[in-house]
Amino acid sequence: MTILGPILMASVYILPVYLTTFSDEEKKMQVLDETGLFEKEFTNTDDFQFIPIKMDIETAKENFALSGDYGLLYIPATELSVPTTGILYTTSSPSIDVTSHIKNVMKREVESLKLEASGIDPDILRAIKSSIVLNTLKIDESGNEEKSYTEINMGLSIFAALLIYMFIFIFGSQVMRGVIEEKTSRIVEVIVSSVKPFQLMMGKIVGVAMVGLTQFSLWIVLTAILVGVFMATVGGDELMAGSQKMMGTQGKVLSTQELAEFSKAAQAESSSTMQIIEGIQSIDAPVMIGSFLFYFLFGYLLYGALFAAIGSAVDNETDTQQFMIPVTIPLILSMVMIGFLITNPGGPVAFWLSIIPLTSPVIMMARIPFGVPVWEIWLSMGLLVLGFLAATWLAGKIYRTGILMYGKKINYRELWKWIKYRN
Amino acid sequence: MDILKAEHVRKQFSGHLALDDVSIAVPQGSIFGLLGPNGAGKTTLIRIINRITAQDQGNVFFDGRPIKTNDVNQIGYLPEERGLYKKMKVGEQAMYLARLKGLDKKLAHERLKYWFDKFEITAWWNKKVEELSKGMQQKVQFIVTVLHKPKLLIFDEPFSGFDPINVNLLKEEILNIKNDGGTIIFSTHNMASVEELCDHIALIHNAKKILDGDMDQIKADFKNNIFEIVYRNGNVNFKEVIPAHYQLLEEKADLKLKRAKIQIPQNESPNSLLNFAISHVEVHGFAEILPTMNDIFISKVKGTPQSHA
Repeated sequence: MTILGPILMASVYILPVYLTTFSDEEKKMQVLDETGLFEKEFTNTDDFQFIPIKMDIETAKENFALSGDYGLLYIPATELSVPTTGILYTTSSPSIDVTSHIKNVMKREVESLKLEASGIDPDILRAIKSSIVLNTLKIDESGNEEKSYTEINMGLSIFAALLIYMFIFIFGSQVMRGVIEEKTSRIVEVIVSSVKPFQLMMGKIVGVAMVGLTQFSLWIVLTAILVGVFMATVGGDELMAGSQKMMGTQGKVLSTQELAEFSKAAQAESSSTMQIIEGIQSIDAPVMIGSFLFYFLFGYLLYGALFAAIGSAVDNETDTQQFMIPVTIPLILSMVMIGFLITNPGGPVAFWLSIIPLTSPVIMMARIPFGVPVWEIWLSMGLLVLGFLAATWLAGKIYRTGILMYGKKINYRELWKWIKYRN
Repeated sequence: MDILKAEHVRKQFSGHLALDDVSIAVPQGSIFGLLGPNGAGKTTLIRIINRITAQDQGNVFFDGRPIKTNDVNQIGYLPEERGLYKKMKVGEQAMYLARLKGLDKKLAHERLKYWFDKFEITAWWNKKVEELSKGMQQKVQFIVTVLHKPKLLIFDEPFSGFDPINVNLLKEEILNIKNDGGTIIFSTHNMASVEELCDHIALIHNAKKILDGDMDQIKADFKNNIFEIVYRNGNVNFKEVIPAHYQLLEEKADLKLKRAKIQIPQNESPNSLLNFAISHVEVHGFAEILPTMNDIFISKVKGTPQSHA
C-alpha cells in the first residue's frame, strides 16, 4: 500500500487530464438541410467534419447506413418561416457533446434569423451582450479589504475535509483491527499483566497515528514526485490544455464564440493561473494549517478511541457491524453535508455541525477557508478536546472489560454495564 | 513468610458474584495449587493479584505490604488464554515482552539466549510465530514469563498443549525455580500434576474458598482408614472371617497374590487389623490408602451445594 497508494493517487490526478488530451478521431456527419439555412453554419471542428448532401431523405438514410459515418442530420423543410426541428440519425446513441453542438449552431442561426425579421442587426446585439465580472471582497473590522475566491475556497475546504475523513476512516479502523487481532491471538492478557489496559489502548491509538502520518506524508511526497515527473516528461503544456478543456466541458458546452468571450474576460481580469495563485495566497496559511493539524489529530484521536472500544467488545471483525454504524454515521453525515454547507458556510446547520465534536473535525475544516469567527473556532476546538477526553474515558472502560471477555455476544446493554463497573 | 496474602477478597460483576470473601496465603518458596472447577473464580482472583482488575472489598499483600501497580514487575503471569503476535518474529517478540517487564536490552538478550538454548528453540529465533507449532509457542510463552526472575510466578494451566516429554521438561523447570527460592501459584485441573508438584493448595468453588492448607495435612484429614493388604493363602476368604466392625471394600486375586481393601473404625489402630490378618493369611504387604487429590476435589465440589447468585 505504501508504494501503490501514491501511484493510485497520482493516476487519479493525471489520468482524466491526460485522457482529454487525446482528441477523438474526426467524426463524419452528413447534413441534409432541406431548408438550406444551416448548411453554411455547420463548419468543420476538431471533432466533426460536416458533409452537406442533397437527396431525398429515404435514399440518404439508406446510404448513411452503409457509409460508416457517425451521423446523419436531417433538417426538414417546414411551413414555418423559421424551422426549429432537426432529426439526428446515428448508429449509436449520440453524446451530449454532439447534440448540444448541433443545437447551439441551429439556435444561433435561428435567433439571428428572428432578429433580422424583427429588424435588429445581429452585430448590434452582439455588442450589447455583456459578460459581468463580480469581484468579491472580504472586509474586516479594521477596514482592510481582501479579495475572496469562492471557487478556490470551495476546492480547498473539500480537499481538507476529505483528507481528514479518509485519515479517520482508514486508520481508525486499523486501530480497531489491531485491537481485535490482540484479542483473538490471546496475547492481550500477557501484555496487560505488564501494562495497564488504558496504556495499551492509548499506545495502540498513538502508534497507529504515527504509522498513519508516516504513510500519509510518504504518499503526498511520492504523489507529488510522480505528478512532477509526469509533467516534466509528457509536457506540462499539453496537460494544461487538457485540464482547461476538461474544465470547459465539465460546466457546460461553450460555443466557440462564448469561449472566446470567456477567455477575453478572463484575460482582462488576469490570467487564470495568476488568479489561482492569488487565491491561494489570500488564504490565511497559519490558521489553515494550524487548524487542519488540530482537527486532523483530535478528530482521529476521538474516533480512534471509539474504534478501539468497538474492537475490544467483539471477538472478530464480522461482529463489528452493529457497533460501527453509530460511530460511522456522524462521519459519513458530515461528508454528505459538505456539498450543502459550502453553499451556505455561515448558516445555522453549518454552525451546529461544526461545534458538535463528532462532526466538527470534517465540517469545521470545510468551513474555515470561507472565514469563521474566531470564537466559533475556539469553541469547536474546546468541545472537540472535551469530546476526545470523554470518548477516551468511555472507551477505556469498555476496553478494560472487553479485551478479557471471550465468546459472549455483546449488546449495548452489556456495554453500558461495563461502563458502570467501578474499577 | 507469605509472599502473597489475599484477605477477604470480594469481587462482584453485574448480577454475578465472582469471589466471595476469599482469603489465601502463599508461603515463600512453595508451590501453591489454586484449584477449582471451571467458572469458580480462580481466573478472577489471579487477575486481581496481577492488578488487571481490582477487588471490590478486601486486601492483597505482596511481600508483606499492600500490593502496588509496580509489583507486577515482580510477578510473572502465564495466563490460560495466551498467545503471541502471529506475524512477528519469535526473537523480536520475546525481546519486546521481556522489555515490557523492565529488562534492559542486553540482559534480555543474554537471558533469552540461555533459555532458547535450553529449550532447543534457538533455530527459531528469526521465524515468524505463525510458523511455530503450538508446543513451541508455549515454550516461548513460558520463557518470557520466567525471564525477569520474578519473586512470584503464576501459571494458569501451564501444561495444556504440551506433549509428555515437554510436560516433564516444564515440571523440572518449575521445580528448579522453586529450589532457587521462587514461589509459584499453580492453577490447573490436572490433579496428578497437583499431587506431584504442590505443597499447598486452596480449593475455590462457587466463588468461595472451600478448602485450603498444606497438602499432606489435607490428605491426612481426608483419609478414611482404608488399608490394603497383599496376602497369600488359597483357602481363606476375608469375606467369610472378617469381624463385623471391619468393612471389606474390595477383594481381588492376582496370579499368586490376593489384595483386599479394608476400612476400619476411626478409633481402631491399624495394628489390630494387621494382627487379624496375620492370624488368617500370609501377609506380603500392608499399606494405608490415602485419598488422591482427585478424590478430594470431587468429593468437596460435589458435596458443596450448588448456589446460584
